[in-house]
Amino acid sequence: MSTMTRLSSVPYTGPAPTNRNPYVPHNAEAFDRRGAEIRRTKGLEGLDQELGQDLPTFRVDRADIVGVLRTLHDDPSLQFILPLDLFGVDYPNRDGGERFDVVYQLYSFENNERVRLKVRTDEQTPVPSSYPVYRGFEWFEREAYDLYGIRFEGHPDLRRILTHEAFQGHALRKDYDPALRWILTEKDISRIVPKLAIEPEDTEFERVTLNLGPSHPATHGTLRIVVTLDGETIVGADTEIGYLHRCFEKMAETHTWQQVIPFTDRLNYMSAIINNVGYCMTVEKLLGIKAPERAEYILLVLSELMRIADHLVCIGTNMVDIGALTNFWYLFQPREEIYGLVEACCGARLLPSYTRIGGLAVDAPPDFIEKARRLVEMIPRYVGDAEKLLTKNRIFRERMEGTGVISKEDAINWGFTGPCLRASGVPHDIRKASPYLGYETYDFDIPVAYEGDNYARYLVRLEEIRQSLRILKQALDRGMPEGPVIVDDPYVALPPKEKVYNEMESLIYHFKLIMHGIQPPVGETYFQVEGGNGELGFYVVSDGTKNPYRVRVRPPCFAIYQAFRQMITGGQIADVIATLGTVNIIAGELDR
Amino acid sequence: MITLPGERKSQEPGEGSTWFTSTLDYLVNWARGNSLWPLPFGTACCAIEFMSMVSSHYDISRFGAEVVRFSPRQSDVMIVAGTIVDKMAPVMKKIYDQMPDPKYVISMGACATSGGFYRAYHVVQGIDEVLPVDIWVPGCPPTPDGLMYGILKLKEKIERGELDR
Repeated sequence: MSTMTRLSSVPYTGPAPTNRNPYVPHNAEAFDRRGAEIRRTKGLEGLDQELGQDLPTFRVDRADIVGVLRTLHDDPSLQFILPLDLFGVDYPNRDGGERFDVVYQLYSFENNERVRLKVRTDEQTPVPSSYPVYRGFEWFEREAYDLYGIRFEGHPDLRRILTHEAFQGHALRKDYDPALRWILTEKDISRIVPKLAIEPEDTEFERVTLNLGPSHPATHGTLRIVVTLDGETIVGADTEIGYLHRCFEKMAETHTWQQVIPFTDRLNYMSAIINNVGYCMTVEKLLGIKAPERAEYILLVLSELMRIADHLVCIGTNMVDIGALTNFWYLFQPREEIYGLVEACCGARLLPSYTRIGGLAVDAPPDFIEKARRLVEMIPRYVGDAEKLLTKNRIFRERMEGTGVISKEDAINWGFTGPCLRASGVPHDIRKASPYLGYETYDFDIPVAYEGDNYARYLVRLEEIRQSLRILKQALDRGMPEGPVIVDDPYVALPPKEKVYNEMESLIYHFKLIMHGIQPPVGETYFQVEGGNGELGFYVVSDGTKNPYRVRVRPPCFAIYQAFRQMITGGQIADVIATLGTVNIIAGELDR
Repeated sequence: MITLPGERKSQEPGEGSTWFTSTLDYLVNWARGNSLWPLPFGTACCAIEFMSMVSSHYDISRFGAEVVRFSPRQSDVMIVAGTIVDKMAPVMKKIYDQMPDPKYVISMGACATSGGFYRAYHVVQGIDEVLPVDIWVPGCPPTPDGLMYGILKLKEKIERGELDR
């Protein structure tokens, strides 16, 4: 990367070269047919379909959107009940003046399929809020308002969410300067007024409003929870986020496709490699290429180890927060060992940036398999020790059982994915539903619990560690495939150094790739992986130049955390801490 | 055995001599440097590496800085671990102001030091916009041993009397 930085600073004065070929998804006809089928459903006949996309895609009129969403949600043959994502895309130079696209993405468990809807709007005209159908879009709409200035009519609480109160303008608009800051002073903090939903009710106790965080040991430094208490019972709660909003999506637009990879590491920094995989596979999908077998194998092993590390940290810190320090020491030790393996692969521990578009940065060390096998043999001992202390521990169960409950229906409607959804009784896992990296060839189960409380979430995470170990065992027994770790495509991957020094063509390709970057075809695509916390999806738009036009990350924590106030209301103040630990909110991913 | 400051050079030869001379400042600085109580102002990835440094594998308690306190009133070194954004900066300032003197600040990692690679609309470009910083630890994130080295450097600085306030 260092050479890349040095060479990019050489001024290039010519026109930026572009790739004007359109993107053609390899199974576009199937999605077009499926889209036509959906369009035959009663109530959806009038939709405009966009052909040649990687998902059934429809263009909807502003006024119809709530009706269309309701049909998609309610129709028994469709059942798009999971709200995945809602975001804006800005096209300021488009004809007709309607510069914004509001993109909705929904998922149906019934048919295991996704659908994309697009609504056009301008700066003034509001879009009807989808909150009546999907509560899970509440924060997503606030985010679109904050970053694009898109208004939503009928939204219960449309105010800024990621940026602060003194912020002027809307940061993700194309005409907003990426480095333009607005300073929040200590005086301005008081302008952030949480909105607490409290029923007016007479009690003999005086109500107290208490502020937890953003600097509180259990809130991981960046979450703020405001609760109104009646004695010890929470009668109203609100959450305030954005204390770690470091502008991932704007930064992605100002860097080249390859340079976005280090930014993805810092989303869910507990399982950085999974983010790398998600982003790179999305761009690979756009380019129509596939990483070599050996790279996929290494990434699968590291992804599963990272998932284990993620869950270990989640359980470990959760226990610290509720007062059981011992488990932290047990669970952090194997995590250190996992980082040892990552460090042996690429030299970095926590945030490796190990992938490249089209494969890996470097090959794994020769003793990769032995090292990984040693990890797989030693992790169960540590996990077993911690489990003996916890699973049947009466004090622990008293605190965890029946607290922070969320029902299956609510979890789906709020847009939960990952372990939190599985703990509410939905056996959904991207690794099974739409496998990638060859997960379909491995034998593993999806752990499910039905209570939806803190204890259920703890059990699901623990069992997922065991299932990941199962996948790892099978993978290590199969052995590593031989071959290269990055695609042999001079428009995507840098040629090897020895060729660059000795061959004219390779030198030219190296130069072109450094100066002009990767130029994917014009188009948009979405790809998802199973992250530590749920569906981690990337939606990218390419305009054919070396910089992404738009990179949208679908953060699983964001959907989960908006339900947090509902999960803690009615409980005790001490349960807030236990619940916050089990839902595993990673601020880097929540605020991006 | 612990060598007290000034002990080696001023101890009188002879039997049973257990006294030594020193300056009060020197002795106080020695005590301060060896019992730093960190306040982890951890916001992002760096905070995870901070936790690694505290936990058993690296074990900062060997150098007397393991008593992690989340209350600013009970701590003397604030370790800013992670990106500080504009929304967070006033909060950080408020917490720093509540710490009793003498107080020190370690800026851990590229983001806290300079905004890192987030040259963006919502990121503070280095916490020295808001706070006085004593030690900068490079890295993105710094390794646990890197942060440990930073703490030892702070200890040396305190013992040399550079940070008397």
